[in-house]
Amino acid sequence: MTTTPYLAVRDLTVAFGDVRAVSDLSYAVPLGRTLAIVGESGSGKSAAALAVMGLHDPATTRITGSVTVGGAEVVGMAPAELRALRGSRAAMVFQDPQSALHPYFTVGAQIAEAYRAHNAVSRRAARAHAADVLGRVGIPAARRRLDDYPHQFSGGMRQRVMIAMALVNDPKLLIADEPTTALDVTVQAQILDLIADLRREFGSAVVVITHDLGVVAEIADDVLVMYAGRCVERGPTRTVLGAPAHPYTWGLLESIPVVAEKPARLRPIPGSPPNPRTPPTGCAFHPRCRYPERVGDTACRDRMPELTGDGDRLSRCHLPRPDQVFRAEVLPLLGTGDQHVR
Amino acid sequence: MLLYVLRRLASAVSVVVATMFAGFGLFFLAPTDAAGAICGNNCSAERIAHIRASLGLDEPFLSQFGAYLTGVLVGRTYEAGGVVVECSAPCLGFSYQLNQPVTALIADALPVTVSIVAGAATVSLTVGVLTGAFAARRRGRVADRVAVAAALGLGSVPFFVVALISALYLAGTVLPRAEHIPISEDPLGWAAGLLAPWLTLGVVSAAAYTRHARAAMIESLGEDYIRTARAKGLSERRVVYRHGLRAAITPVATLFGMDVAFQLTGALFTEAIFGLPGLGVLTLRAFAVFDLPVLMGAVLVGATILVVMNLVVDIAYTVLDPRVRLT
Repeated sequence: MTTTPYLAVRDLTVAFGDVRAVSDLSYAVPLGRTLAIVGESGSGKSAAALAVMGLHDPATTRITGSVTVGGAEVVGMAPAELRALRGSRAAMVFQDPQSALHPYFTVGAQIAEAYRAHNAVSRRAARAHAADVLGRVGIPAARRRLDDYPHQFSGGMRQRVMIAMALVNDPKLLIADEPTTALDVTVQAQILDLIADLRREFGSAVVVITHDLGVVAEIADDVLVMYAGRCVERGPTRTVLGAPAHPYTWGLLESIPVVAEKPARLRPIPGSPPNPRTPPTGCAFHPRCRYPERVGDTACRDRMPELTGDGDRLSRCHLPRPDQVFRAEVLPLLGTGDQHVR
Repeated sequence: MLLYVLRRLASAVSVVVATMFAGFGLFFLAPTDAAGAICGNNCSAERIAHIRASLGLDEPFLSQFGAYLTGVLVGRTYEAGGVVVECSAPCLGFSYQLNQPVTALIADALPVTVSIVAGAATVSLTVGVLTGAFAARRRGRVADRVAVAAALGLGSVPFFVVALISALYLAGTVLPRAEHIPISEDPLGWAAGLLAPWLTLGVVSAAAYTRHARAAMIESLGEDYIRTARAKGLSERRVVYRHGLRAAITPVATLFGMDVAFQLTGALFTEAIFGLPGLGVLTLRAFAVFDLPVLMGAVLVGATILVVMNLVVDIAYTVLDPRVRLT
């Protein structure tokens, strides 16, 4: 396993007009590792991922900071270079395969097209390759299904098609944006296993965007929690889920239902995510947070906390000893003792 | 699929018969007397009565309609100036003013009209869809505004004004003189002679296609699968003109089915203004002299074309959209 990050994001800011969707986001993903980006809808996780692929419309989006994929700078990259990168070295799997696949083209044509966009091969060769990849992602009788249209596949099979299309050029970076959200629970695990298998097989860097901590626990080596466009907590999955250091992450854990002998009450996070047009002052989470008075004075309302910590383990909170607060006050509420991480 | 087509054909036949019935009734009730129109100005009451009897105009409405339908299906005979004329099926009646069976008149005129409409439809589809796609890609920018304004402007001018200007100033100068040479005789001459009417009718009706195609393209370009296409690393041209346009064609096909009626009406003006001997000119003349059999024939042919075109468009959906199944 190499430690050189294949994907490196530094101080990334994405703004649509005067609305900031992502602010000062930094992270790195080496080859062979999986990073999960967690957050609610509107937290900026998809906007950040689209920026990595250079998929924002430059006419309406302002992007600053740096994104390097395999050493190449994506921010400000020329369109032709960007096209050469997309779908070959970096590929993306989208949330809803029903709408992300073109309804009027056969899956074979769509996969072969992705292959031919980056390889000068004949139609016949591209078609044979498409059948191979389709088989590799676990679609039975792949060769015969090449001429089927997306609507002829089930939801899970459709997502496999989407993944096959992303993998057709053996990308070194795979970004999966909520890959299991539109799927049945029974199928979700299969798709996650597939992504994990493929990462092991090809040693790619993988970024999985999700709002589901179950997905994180299952697939990710590292996790980054986003709130209101900023990273609020980052670190190895076991430590972040085992001893989270940010009240927002606590809230996420508390709102997961757990099967236990004595069911604990679900505690949803009160309030709703801030409107990005009128972000709160200070810490963006303070209006929904239970602990601002612990910090004393009005720090949470006045000052945005810095992202601090040691090495890989970072969090953005004014609370002096969040680990103690978590152990003493949050953990008992989870109803599973120390076993809350699946 | 076959069952669907058969069912649609059955309903198409009933629509055509109903149209004929309505048309027939309308002329039957009209205050103008066909016999008087044939006879002319200085005509005795006796002579009018004689003509009425020989045309069967004194018979009840239903029996006249029945005789007409029989003629369409199996043929009938007419008596014209003491001579008995055999009119074989499909007999659409006999024009006493032109002294010819209507079927023969329409057989001469129809190829002209079909040539004009087919050419104009090709022009309007191509120009309209490409302009619409072009405008959608540059939505909100100058090129888009110009395209939308041009489409709106052209769509607002009455068609005959555009046709008159084109006939007076373009045909015979910039474009070849308008004439109809049968395609079987000289395909190049056929195309050259019809170029002016094609462009005129085509460009004017392209306006509607531009607006439709632009709206459909703006919608399809906002779809998730367009983002997928970009994420695959396809060129912008391929994203827009293959993935975007492919999805925008279905709504345009719907418009096409409805637009054939407009094209036929447009052909009427086009033929009159460019002096082409098509169905429109035949109908206009028949209208002026109250040549009822010719009018009926034109109504029948027009209705049939419309009904068939609608069926063709519905069947085309199954080809255009793989998700559509006809049952």
